[in-house]
Amino acid sequence: MSGAFSYLPEAGSDKGSLIKGLQLVQSREGYVSDDAVRAVSAHFGVPEAEVEGVLTFYAQFKRTKPGKYQISICDGTACHIKGSTQIAAWLAAELGIGNGQTTEDGLFSIETVACLGCCSLAPCMAVNGKVHAKLDRKSLTRILNEYKKMN
Amino acid sequence: MASIKRIKVGTASCGLAAGAGAVLEAFRRCAGSVPVAEVGCIGHCYAEPIVEAELDNGESVFYCRVKGTDEAAKAILSLTDEGRFIIPERRRELEHIFVTRLAGRINPVDLAEYKANGGFKGLERAISMTPAQVVDEVKASGLRGRGGAGFPTGMKWSFLAAKQVPDKVMICNADEGDPGAFMDRSMMESVPFQVLEGMMIGAWATGATRLFIYCRAEYPLAIKHLKIAIAEMKKAGLDKLPGRPAPLEIVIKEGAGAFVCGEETAMIHSLEGGRGTPRFRPPFPTDSGWNGLPTSINNVETFANIPPLMVEGGEHFASIGTEKGKGTKIFALAGDVENPGLTEVPLGVTLAEVVYEIGGAKPGTVKAVQTGGPSGGCIPADKFDTKIDYDSLKALGAIMGSGGLIVIGNHRCMVETARYFLSFTQRESCGKCTFCRVGTTRMHETLERIVAGKGVESDIDFLEQLGDKVRKGALCGLGQTAPNPALSTIRYFRNEYLAHVRDHVCEAKQCAALVDVKVDPSKCIKCRLCVRTCPVGAIDPETIVVDNDKCSKCNSCIEVCPKKTISRVLRGEGYHSSNAQK
Repeated sequence: MSGAFSYLPEAGSDKGSLIKGLQLVQSREGYVSDDAVRAVSAHFGVPEAEVEGVLTFYAQFKRTKPGKYQISICDGTACHIKGSTQIAAWLAAELGIGNGQTTEDGLFSIETVACLGCCSLAPCMAVNGKVHAKLDRKSLTRILNEYKKMN
Repeated sequence: MASIKRIKVGTASCGLAAGAGAVLEAFRRCAGSVPVAEVGCIGHCYAEPIVEAELDNGESVFYCRVKGTDEAAKAILSLTDEGRFIIPERRRELEHIFVTRLAGRINPVDLAEYKANGGFKGLERAISMTPAQVVDEVKASGLRGRGGAGFPTGMKWSFLAAKQVPDKVMICNADEGDPGAFMDRSMMESVPFQVLEGMMIGAWATGATRLFIYCRAEYPLAIKHLKIAIAEMKKAGLDKLPGRPAPLEIVIKEGAGAFVCGEETAMIHSLEGGRGTPRFRPPFPTDSGWNGLPTSINNVETFANIPPLMVEGGEHFASIGTEKGKGTKIFALAGDVENPGLTEVPLGVTLAEVVYEIGGAKPGTVKAVQTGGPSGGCIPADKFDTKIDYDSLKALGAIMGSGGLIVIGNHRCMVETARYFLSFTQRESCGKCTFCRVGTTRMHETLERIVAGKGVESDIDFLEQLGDKVRKGALCGLGQTAPNPALSTIRYFRNEYLAHVRDHVCEAKQCAALVDVKVDPSKCIKCRLCVRTCPVGAIDPETIVVDNDKCSKCNSCIEVCPKKTISRVLRGEGYHSSNAQK
């Protein structure tokens, strides 16, 4: 098990770097598994319950494996005003999954995020960090199809 | 005729989202010997992707909405007249470019270019003075914190400077969590050196020995640019201050997605590696902060103000703005405006000037602006002659906040807007204080009920009473301000609340439970695109009539209809399968 998370020392070992350690795990594994919680706990010398407490406090951390393409729907103020609720509903209908879920083929997962900071191009979403702006029904379908085609 | 010295493509987050990546590639293919540089954001997000052709006579030609094709690139390289972008005269009169002077004009991570444009002159002047003189200069400028609360920066620095301990901490608050604000992101992406220079001046003035930037992880480009800039400064020896035994290390800590971490004591807990819950003050961070050390926390925009302030002098700075609000403020304009983006204006301009003249919204189409995000409040259009500063906005039940300005058009529902903000704060409440944890949840539930058409009149009084209690009973700024969106919308738009609870009508036709979807048969060409698109099969393929009992109000049919014959109508005006059976 320790072999699987042997990169943890890169985050440092003081307790102040706990969040950094969890971020490192998530960037490598895509999510924070139960095994990862145990490894982080051992590495920083912090009880598992406390690691879990920090994990659940911050919205960034995922406890389940996300899809190959992680879709973050922006629900910031500007996007909300410009109809992000609709975007989320369309996506859910197209992919057949809800917020925080992954499609059966493991291709897509959806999460709603607070703000991507592209308010002037609302509504927007990010797929694996790449921002798609000024979404409407048509562009949404087109974007999804492009990702599907790549597989 | 002048020729092109350099091509600059704006590749900040907003530019990239608009397609600047392809534009950049096209220029790299076509520019030949003309250098192509990536720059940050000049604030005119609505016109992205923006390309600047820098001429050898010192002038520049801007192009907007540039396509990512070789043809477009070649046309610009020949200085075509088409697609030129000129900042409207009136906007230029209203704006006062002080902090954002270099944003979008220079390569963000090129130290030499920053220095060639006056960079690090502020730090140079600061270290020619004593630390106490620098603090006095900032005090004299009247600069107040740009993160929201508006605490005088010079005062905060003087508290930290007065601590006679060897180890002191200075934190740059870059956790821009207010959904709708993006000026800090833009500054970090476009002029990271300016923010860092501000921090170095702060470290000199206060004697701070440990510098942190707490940046939200949602801003990867900002983090990347800051990291490069820090490395460049280290190489050039700009991380050293006279009389200090070792160079200063500026550490970037990535936030992990918690709005409350923008609160200073919560941020300190997060920096210490724990849950980001706020604590009672006093002791204030300047007495006991990060790991018990004296700590000063200032916002990104505050730090970005420092270098030009030091260059121009505190007196010059104090000559901009109003009596109690000195200097300029960057606002992030978004929502129902023609020209969303960033605008830097002197404090004291009116909301009308920002919304109508800079934002380009047509008078009569806007009913309110929301300032300060979920902590702020809405200000109705009939109060738009208000001069913007910290105190005037507070008097109206809103706050300046970090500078998010969301324009709300006539066709939006204020109750739904309040519900949205409460859903945000309720989700982001850290749970420490009962009034915030339970109070915002109950307020959110009540608003959910009202937008679902199940509200009663006493719900409005309940919201007002509970809102007042949450305000008084919460420990930190998040809880104390969380009721603002509900309270301010009730204050100015009570009639909309009454329409929802008494008549179950949403005039804006935004609340899904209070609308029907209807096809206008006189214009329908029976192409059946709507029938095929509807995810729930609510449209009859023969009659093209919507069964509103099935319809999920997802608007898909409205979007795809080529003849625009489908629309939302007030509930009861559309077709009901139950009606048909009667």
